[in-house]
Amino acid sequence: MHTSSRIQAAETQDLGNISVPHIQIKNLNVTIEGKRILKDINLSIPNNSITSIIGPSGCGKTTLLKTLNRLVDDTKGVEITGSVLVNGEDLYAKDAEVTHIRKKMGLLSQKPFPLPMSIFDNVAYGPRIHGEKNKQVLAQIVETQLRNVGLWDEVKDRLDASATRLSIGQQQRLCLARGLAVKPEIILGDESTSALDPVSTQTIENLLIELKQDYTIVLVTHILRQARRVSDYIIFVYNGEIIEFGKTDDVLLHPKHEITQQYVKGFIS
Amino acid sequence: MNWRLIKDKLIRQSFATLLVLSLVVIVIILVGLSIKSMPLLRAERLGVILTESVWSPMNGSFGFLPFIMGTVWVTFISLIIAVPLCVLASVYLVEYAGEALRKMVLPLMNVLAAIPPVLYGVWGVLFVVPFLSQYIAPIVGAETTGYTVFAGGIVLAVMIFPIMVSIMVEVLQTIPYELKAASLSLGATKWETIVKVILIKAKPGLIAAVVLGISRAFGETIAVLMVCGNIPQIPKSFFDAGYPLPALIANNFGEMMSIPLYDSALMFAALLLFVLIFGFNLISRLILNRLERKS
Repeated sequence: MHTSSRIQAAETQDLGNISVPHIQIKNLNVTIEGKRILKDINLSIPNNSITSIIGPSGCGKTTLLKTLNRLVDDTKGVEITGSVLVNGEDLYAKDAEVTHIRKKMGLLSQKPFPLPMSIFDNVAYGPRIHGEKNKQVLAQIVETQLRNVGLWDEVKDRLDASATRLSIGQQQRLCLARGLAVKPEIILGDESTSALDPVSTQTIENLLIELKQDYTIVLVTHILRQARRVSDYIIFVYNGEIIEFGKTDDVLLHPKHEITQQYVKGFIS
Repeated sequence: MNWRLIKDKLIRQSFATLLVLSLVVIVIILVGLSIKSMPLLRAERLGVILTESVWSPMNGSFGFLPFIMGTVWVTFISLIIAVPLCVLASVYLVEYAGEALRKMVLPLMNVLAAIPPVLYGVWGVLFVVPFLSQYIAPIVGAETTGYTVFAGGIVLAVMIFPIMVSIMVEVLQTIPYELKAASLSLGATKWETIVKVILIKAKPGLIAAVVLGISRAFGETIAVLMVCGNIPQIPKSFFDAGYPLPALIANNFGEMMSIPLYDSALMFAALLLFVLIFGFNLISRLILNRLERKS
């Protein structure tokens, strides 16, 4: 099957009522040290929903996620063509400012990486670098975001303690709160629960489902059951190409393509 | 018993013996130096020896304060110069420089570290000393031959630079990329990320690098001896001559042994140096442990 027909198929999938595509990717190509990692990606990611990117390891799903906040820029030998539009604004335009772009995207990485400072300072870090100096405002932001992720009651008495003392599940929620504190529009999750125990995983999943009322969420996951539990839409990536994109049940239960079927049934991973 | 198992046991035990022997050497040195220093310590109280500032063996006065202060001054100056430079250089190498430059510079650092100290001393005499007396001293209105603690500090800074940079580069390379990504993804610039996250996270390792630098600086003898004037006085400024402890031993050992207590005094100098370095390493190890526990 040729690339063009696959993309045709992906685009003609019925997505139901997408009100506004929050993120639009057009003809995106990513090459890393001569190897094509992403090939002619065209996508419209709807707002206020959870979209999961699934696919076998090494297929380019994490790279796809990193193109959204331009962390892919840091990769050695990377070349990027095409455009990524957020609210119609091209992230890859020549005059685009990368810190401004990243502020719009909260990132939740595989393992929690709390910054080497206190719990309070972790959450206040983002607002502070963007110029917030007022202590009361900062305290308010910290409390609000820690409440948002259900961590406030657990840590309110030790906000000055080092963030690394928290359990790993608490750390991941702290990282989420830290991301939310800069008022992003989009939350990106890169296998964000892979280091967590089942209970913490469930907490994070429930949080994400709650948060989609206010944010557009894009997750990379290799756990199909998780994709099924949390997402509204699914993107199946294989070999750097988008094979299928549609509503969760459509893709997982009635995949249109043979490769997707094989992946969903577990024949390829 | 099986011969292979016996061999295994023998090897284990002989290695353990060798390890103990190497530790015993340290004890032997310490004990030997202490015994040899006893005549001086019997003649004079320890407190007096350490705080007395007159060094006049002919008249029987052995004040070690000038030498302690000489060592402190030279080490201190070298750190003021080397630490900021090393931190900035290693941050540049790890965070900004390309792979090619990094691969070229790091081996070069090792070459610098391997140059014999006496060459640094010659360089100091030929370039640093005249440069200080002719160009730098007039600016601040000081008059000097150039043979000063400042010259010693500069030469020493250059000498500890390679080892500190190599270690700092290694420390900075251990900072996980994801931690940087976490800061960058919040909209921080690269510089903000370096100052507020990377350097904070790397602090224990960077301090360890400085400690190694200081240990090297404490004991460095020949290069410092060649440029810092060797006058037994307490330096009062960058442009005063100084006389560090190792230089005292190297300059005088084997000479003037007919003067009473002189050899004992030199042994005491060695003991002092030993205890200083040992104590310093111990304290810094404790501080590092604390820092590591904290983070």
